[in-house]
Amino acid sequence: MTTHDETTPGTGPDDLLEETLILPTGQAVVVPEGGESSSVGGMGRQILQVFLENRLAVIGLFVIVFFILFCFLGPVFYHTNQTNSELALNATQNGAPSGSNLLGTDNTGFDMVGRLMFGGQASLIVGFASAAAATVVGVIYGAVAGYIGGWVDALMMRIVDMLLSVPVLFLLIALVTIYHASELLIIVVIAFVSWLVPARLVRGETLSLRVREYVQAVRVMGGSNTRIVGRHIVPNAIGTIVVFATFQVADSILLLAALGFIGEGIPAPGTDWGTMLSDGVQSAALGYWWEIYPAGLCIVLVVIAFNFIGDALRDALEVRLQRR
Amino acid sequence: MIGFLFRRVIQAIIVILGVVFIVFLLSKLIPGGEAAAALGPRRTPAAVAHFNLINGLDLPIYDQFWRYIWGLVSHLDLGYSFKNNEPVKSLISQRLPKTLSLVGVSTLVALIVAIPLGILQVVKRYSVVDYSLTTASFLFYAMPPFFLGFLLILYFSFNAHLFPVSPPIGSTGTTIFTDPRAFVLPAITLSAITIASFSRYMRSSMMDALTQDYVRTARAKGASNNRVLYGHALRNALLPILTLIGLSLPAIASGALITETVFNYAGMGLLTVTAAGNDDVPTVLGTVLVVTVFTVAGSLLADVFYAIADPRIRFGSST
Repeated sequence: MTTHDETTPGTGPDDLLEETLILPTGQAVVVPEGGESSSVGGMGRQILQVFLENRLAVIGLFVIVFFILFCFLGPVFYHTNQTNSELALNATQNGAPSGSNLLGTDNTGFDMVGRLMFGGQASLIVGFASAAAATVVGVIYGAVAGYIGGWVDALMMRIVDMLLSVPVLFLLIALVTIYHASELLIIVVIAFVSWLVPARLVRGETLSLRVREYVQAVRVMGGSNTRIVGRHIVPNAIGTIVVFATFQVADSILLLAALGFIGEGIPAPGTDWGTMLSDGVQSAALGYWWEIYPAGLCIVLVVIAFNFIGDALRDALEVRLQRR
Repeated sequence: MIGFLFRRVIQAIIVILGVVFIVFLLSKLIPGGEAAAALGPRRTPAAVAHFNLINGLDLPIYDQFWRYIWGLVSHLDLGYSFKNNEPVKSLISQRLPKTLSLVGVSTLVALIVAIPLGILQVVKRYSVVDYSLTTASFLFYAMPPFFLGFLLILYFSFNAHLFPVSPPIGSTGTTIFTDPRAFVLPAITLSAITIASFSRYMRSSMMDALTQDYVRTARAKGASNNRVLYGHALRNALLPILTLIGLSLPAIASGALITETVFNYAGMGLLTVTAAGNDDVPTVLGTVLVVTVFTVAGSLLADVFYAIADPRIRFGSST
């Protein structure tokens, strides 16, 4: 694919049209605008280009980068005490925003800006880690089921159907109740309820990819099944996988927020945005707006940002499909 | 149609059996065993042995599974809540009707709101109205439902005193019809996400229908714009909504859990959350099983309606 790109002048979307202008003699009559510049890169660049043209996606990307910097680098510059509740207890509880506490303090006395960074670390880590785990498990499961086919596939997919029919939050709560919550367990448990969808998606892709000529060619050349699945089928389903993973980060963050709300989130002394929001709600009726809106806004912004990026990635990767 | 429904029922039964197996497995995977969960941290080995003996937990695992299935089938035995000192079945039977009526009403509300919204977006496509509705649906999708619920309580109960903070304590399954005012906020909270996804679906499936050949034919024959929209595009876009409801049921059930907890409405969701807080594993597993059975049954029902409504299936031989 890449070699093909390098020999063809220009790879803009208009090329498909311009290629039709080649004479039967094989000579191109119309030199396409910018066509001779070989710097217009391959597929990867083209995907990037379509992605960057989507303004919402770029905004989404900025939001994500901002929150990652805010949560992980922020504490380096903005020092707050987020661990020692004894020290925090000496501070004002439910204090209004002021010069020393930019967004006020919560009902324990922790500084809210620092709390947002601290809780955001957990929310982002859980979001990314559980989405990654769910994607890896789902991809392997789906690829194996689709590649083997037959009754193994049928059995594996019925298991997915069964788990998918259990409402996510109920299953999540059951697991958290049985194996008491810790950050690692929450990641595992959210991954456990989230790998089903990628398993289905990848299985579907595998079914169509395994009968392709290049897969048959590898098989004829003596490539092992592991090689075919790992080197030829999964890489060709990468678009679907990446798009799913992006949306899943948002969904994982929402699931963690829901767990935080019912009191099964990151256990104290840790916290997450969902737990913060639900703690803040206790006193929201008293007018302590700074205890709910910032945390709520963080969740909403990050979730929307990931959704924008996911949408844009889907559009951008379709370019690849069109070029196949 | 009979063939389609028959296969669908068999499929649902297999799924339910699988879920029964999963729930059974989870109860066996409790660290320390069921005795530990029931007797608490100060148990003695003698008490554990006695507990295992009277509850048949010393039997081989397949024997236990068989007894579990038999208990479920013969008298809906869902286990015993040691924390509440009450059978899980009686805990659930009081709460199930409340959740069913809340979910039913909210889904109906969601449909009544979402379908016209989707149509409006198609009629005014690529306009300010269309874009702002799309943005709004993104926002409602991204907003944790409990956050929305709290904001509603804050503004409409505390500040404006328009609606009560929560439905009456002694609510039953029918209170939602006798005292609808108390259920306005919970119903909005629960239907918000479904409205967002249903209206987006409605919009895209109608837009899709508008590009179909039959719409072009209708236009060519001189059908008015309204006739094309409502007579052709809408009719074809409406049917798959039934399937969408079936597919959304697990998500709606999860939403009900959150909504019930926010509004302190003692249905299945609040029961699960309270039980989780008390480490009451039998109750949590019982609610998981019952909620899943009803979700599967609901999806099945949606498919039955679909089969009746869609002539391709109604008159089809086996597919």
